[in-house]
Amino acid sequence: MKFMFQQAFRSGKFVTGFSIFMAILLVVLIYPLIIKDPPLTIIGRGTFFEPGIYVNVYDSLGSPQYTLNLKGADARRVASRLNDDDRAAMQEWLVAAGVPEAEIDTADTPLLLELWFKTYDPTLSVPGMTNARRNYFIRLNNSLQGLLDPNDAILAARDEEGALQQVGTIAQTDFVNVGQVPNVRLLPLGTDNFGRDVLTELVAATRVSLQIGFVAGFIATLIGLVIGLISGYIGGIVDDSLMFITNLFTVIPSFVLLILISFSIGQDKRGAFTVAAVIGFTSWVWTARAVRSQVISLRNRDHVNLSRLSGHSLFSIILRDILPYIASYVVMALILQISAGILAEAGLSILGLGPRTTEVPTLGLMMNWAMIYQAHILGKWWAFFPVILVIALIAFSMNLMNTGLDQVFNPALRD
Amino acid sequence: MKAYASYFSNKLLWFLVTLVAAFLLNFFLPRLMPGDPVAAIVARMAQGMTNTSGVQAIYEQYTELFGTNLPMHEQFFLYVRNVLRGDFGYSFSQYPRTVADVIGASIWWTIALQLPAILVGWIIGNTLGVLAAYRRGGFDKVLMPSSIFVSNLPAFGMAVILLVVFGVTLRWFPTSGGYGFDMIPNLSWDFIWSVIVHYQLPFWSIVLITIGGQAIGMRSMSIYELNADYVKYSRFMGIKDRQIVGYVFRNAMLPQITGLALAIGTMVGGALVAEIIFSYPGLGSTILTAVLGGDYPLISATTLIVTIMVLIANFAIEIIYGFLDPRIKAAQSD
Repeated sequence: MKFMFQQAFRSGKFVTGFSIFMAILLVVLIYPLIIKDPPLTIIGRGTFFEPGIYVNVYDSLGSPQYTLNLKGADARRVASRLNDDDRAAMQEWLVAAGVPEAEIDTADTPLLLELWFKTYDPTLSVPGMTNARRNYFIRLNNSLQGLLDPNDAILAARDEEGALQQVGTIAQTDFVNVGQVPNVRLLPLGTDNFGRDVLTELVAATRVSLQIGFVAGFIATLIGLVIGLISGYIGGIVDDSLMFITNLFTVIPSFVLLILISFSIGQDKRGAFTVAAVIGFTSWVWTARAVRSQVISLRNRDHVNLSRLSGHSLFSIILRDILPYIASYVVMALILQISAGILAEAGLSILGLGPRTTEVPTLGLMMNWAMIYQAHILGKWWAFFPVILVIALIAFSMNLMNTGLDQVFNPALRD
Repeated sequence: MKAYASYFSNKLLWFLVTLVAAFLLNFFLPRLMPGDPVAAIVARMAQGMTNTSGVQAIYEQYTELFGTNLPMHEQFFLYVRNVLRGDFGYSFSQYPRTVADVIGASIWWTIALQLPAILVGWIIGNTLGVLAAYRRGGFDKVLMPSSIFVSNLPAFGMAVILLVVFGVTLRWFPTSGGYGFDMIPNLSWDFIWSVIVHYQLPFWSIVLITIGGQAIGMRSMSIYELNADYVKYSRFMGIKDRQIVGYVFRNAMLPQITGLALAIGTMVGGALVAEIIFSYPGLGSTILTAVLGGDYPLISATTLIVTIMVLIANFAIEIIYGFLDPRIKAAQSD
């Protein structure tokens, strides 16, 4: 056994896969110790907040203020307010007013503004322009000038009579230190359609999905192993009838069985572990077939015959003389079953047949929510891309471990 | 030819047996589950209804439609009759359409999408696999890790990535549906063009996934074969490399064909989920609407149809395999 592990760790593929998997596992275990929020609490009012650092505006007013004179701050301020439509409209006006198109660069904000204030004239009538459009340009001009207004913003509070009294001002050069603002929330992956922190949710979902994968994988491997061992070792009518069932389930897609069973169980009774068990019970076929063919080749080896002649029981022969020889294979099958289980859960959830949604997130459910709320069409990549990446990384690492082991135990495949 | 006849009749018999078993499972599995499927549907339909006799009336209407008040064997005959009559009963969520009507509208989309996609992916994947095994070196070093990674992406993941890159960001292809939302199916060029454009993203997402998995399998098969004694012997005999690769390809291909027969169920399952991502009007989307609408007869019939499609594909592959594998001919004529 020890030798087997040493061998496995000499394979580069296995080590790579193992490291990726362990990294995922470590994050899943450590993250909840640091961020203790329950993963399904709704923190954002609104959908799909972008990833970033969220600073409390109210608190930042009360925090110590510093004056920093930064070059180009005005231009940046205007640049962030001017959207692409406005820029295109400005270009359109400038062209209509006779500025050559080559001189206008809508991406260069200071240059565009300079050109705009130099040429813009609200009284100029551009032929073919509607009155509404002319008013739009007047509004645009006013708002641009408002943005460049060097005056301070005024803070006001209501006094006893309800009239507003100035209590302070904020200059355009005022800054706060984020470290001194009491309420700052880092949302590395933004929020999802319900306003939940995607990263916290993703970590919890990965944990649950891994658990589902492990439960499904263990159930499938156990059933497959038992059927394969019995069928292969005993042979005869037992083998025939077991193989009949196995062959049936090989051709009938397990996906179909999964859909039927999950639908019949009903949304309320579908917990994460029920789903895992259902996946396990529908995916043992491969393991059973493979174990059986290995056992058949082992059945008539000398050491097994000797054991049989010495009168060892069936159970002890299987346990001591056959299992150790197929152990490496079973481990590889288990690894593949785990990753297949995680994928099966994700597929089911996208069909709306995943675990019930109230308790725990799973990777499939997160994907399902993102799809239902059209995150992919709206370009909210943080709601679905990390999920796909985690699923792919888990499957990738498991597959690498499997290929690595395969190369260690199957010399014909060694490079 | 006699040898083949016996092989084929054997396969046909097995096909029929699995068909019957699949049919029985399709009938019994849902009914073996605890709880009354009709009660669940009625509970959902009657949400907000306070009138108990009204709820009771709905319940009775559905048990009548679905036949759950009958003893099990009569339910079975009712089910068989509905299937044989070809309408599978009424759809709950799209009443008064029959289930056959709903499925008939979507099944051709699925067949036209998945059959060519899986075939093309399989052919490209196997060719790349042999090349990787034969050339090794740089080609292999680039191809292998990328195929392993691609084949580990779930089909829906690939679908979403293609959709976001080519549909949303680059705007080369439409993002959803089987044809333009403003069109009525007809035989005009506009419509056909729209169908072709909508076809691309779902098609390539399935093809790419299939290529990844097949290339890996074919590569290890070919490496295995390249190390076989007959290859070394042929080399000593001075047979041309090109011809040897041909032998290797043929020998490595046979397990791949069996592999395709065994994996086609999983592939179809993954592709059905990919259809949902693109809102493609095929069986995958039908399953989704059926699940969301709690439409029991529709789910049952759709899964049965998918199973039958997979069984037929399997049968076809086994028949082709019979013609390709010389060992079958040899074994049968002994």
